[in-house]
Amino acid sequence: MTRWLGIVALVAVVAGLVMSFGVAPRELTQGNVQRIMYVHVPAVWVAYLAFFVVLGASVAYLWSREPGADRAAHAAAEVGVVFLGVNIATGAIWGKPTWGTWWTWDARLTSVAVVFVIFIGYLLVRRMTDDPERGARFAAVVGIVGALNVPLVHFSVYWWRTLHQPPTFMKPGPSAAPASIRAALLVNFAALLLLGAYFIAKRYTLLRAEQEAAA
Amino acid sequence: MSFARRTFAVVWKDVVVERRSKETVTAVLFFSVLLLFVFEFTLGGDRDRLTGVLPGLLWLAVLLAGLLGLGRSFVLERDNDCWEALLLTPGDKGAVYVGKLLGNLLLMGLVEVIVLALFTLFMNVDVARAMPGLLLVLLLGTLGIAAVGTLFGAMTAHVRARELLFPVLLLPVLVPVLLAIVKSTDALLAGQPLGSVDHWLKLLVAADVIYVVAGLLTFDVLLEG
Repeated sequence: MTRWLGIVALVAVVAGLVMSFGVAPRELTQGNVQRIMYVHVPAVWVAYLAFFVVLGASVAYLWSREPGADRAAHAAAEVGVVFLGVNIATGAIWGKPTWGTWWTWDARLTSVAVVFVIFIGYLLVRRMTDDPERGARFAAVVGIVGALNVPLVHFSVYWWRTLHQPPTFMKPGPSAAPASIRAALLVNFAALLLLGAYFIAKRYTLLRAEQEAAA
Repeated sequence: MSFARRTFAVVWKDVVVERRSKETVTAVLFFSVLLLFVFEFTLGGDRDRLTGVLPGLLWLAVLLAGLLGLGRSFVLERDNDCWEALLLTPGDKGAVYVGKLLGNLLLMGLVEVIVLALFTLFMNVDVARAMPGLLLVLLLGTLGIAAVGTLFGAMTAHVRARELLFPVLLLPVLVPVLLAIVKSTDALLAGQPLGSVDHWLKLLVAADVIYVVAGLLTFDVLLEG
């Protein structure tokens, strides 16, 4: 099952690369560097979906104390942190030639960075707790508070300052981007979503094997 | 015992312990005075520049002193083997959370009064001009900091390297609260009316509600130790 998910994800990633470099047009002002968007934007969507999974799985774990729910939360948090890291890194690479800087304290950069640090804290709590069961409970509380905090972080940082180009996608009204760009983005989103799901499934199995080996 | 009476028992216990030992309050107050020195040495000299960053410094002082105080709150329970007694509290463990939260609020409130007085005296800030509004911001902001701090403090009391992990967990979660209170204090000290910061006040209220409810619902999970 996991293997098939991996194969489908691989095919989707290849399709995404073809769309990004073959089908999508060269952007007029930014040139080829704009193509990094096809990884940059889907990565953050997948990361936030993963944190949503962390919230659900953490609540389920505290409710049922089912180790499976905790493994799902743990795996989703790791994958979320990795994808958010990819988003931040690609953003820096994109920012340097277009904005002239790797990093700026703009609203969306800052809020993503804050969420990144919150979920690194989630992973740290687990690592720094001696008893794994206790670590699971503590991490679940951090996961719930951290995920509920995401909207607050976004609003506060947005009011604090904003510079970022306004969202091109997922905003009210017709999209300004041509159909081929939207198609390429959607294919890449599907690819990264499948890849993220594959990683979560793989990590879930590994965590179960580790726990069985320790028991 | 009712929820309110159990809550009060926990608060009263903390107040009595502190009144007799005077450990946390003395250390935290002295620490805030020392912070004033640090601010003056690192940023002082240029009065104009200092005035511009005063709201930030004010909250930095409250936050750093608060981190020390909040972090100790549950370490005391652990070191004195009071944890089992807290676990034995009859009924809903939410009462223990609210009790510890109120105790921490009292401690932080005391720190804030002192820090405000010190800033008025030594940094020449006109606190009185911003007063009724600033009090509201202080109350809402402190509630948010203490709500998460009480929750995470109960957690990190059981973790290796807790002095490290406590701020590492707490600070990023508190970013919305910090932004709201610093920006509001900034506006109020500049003489703007309370209405100009009402979006920040709404954010603070939303954050307080989310944190306190999350704390009430998850606290018994942490109390298991």
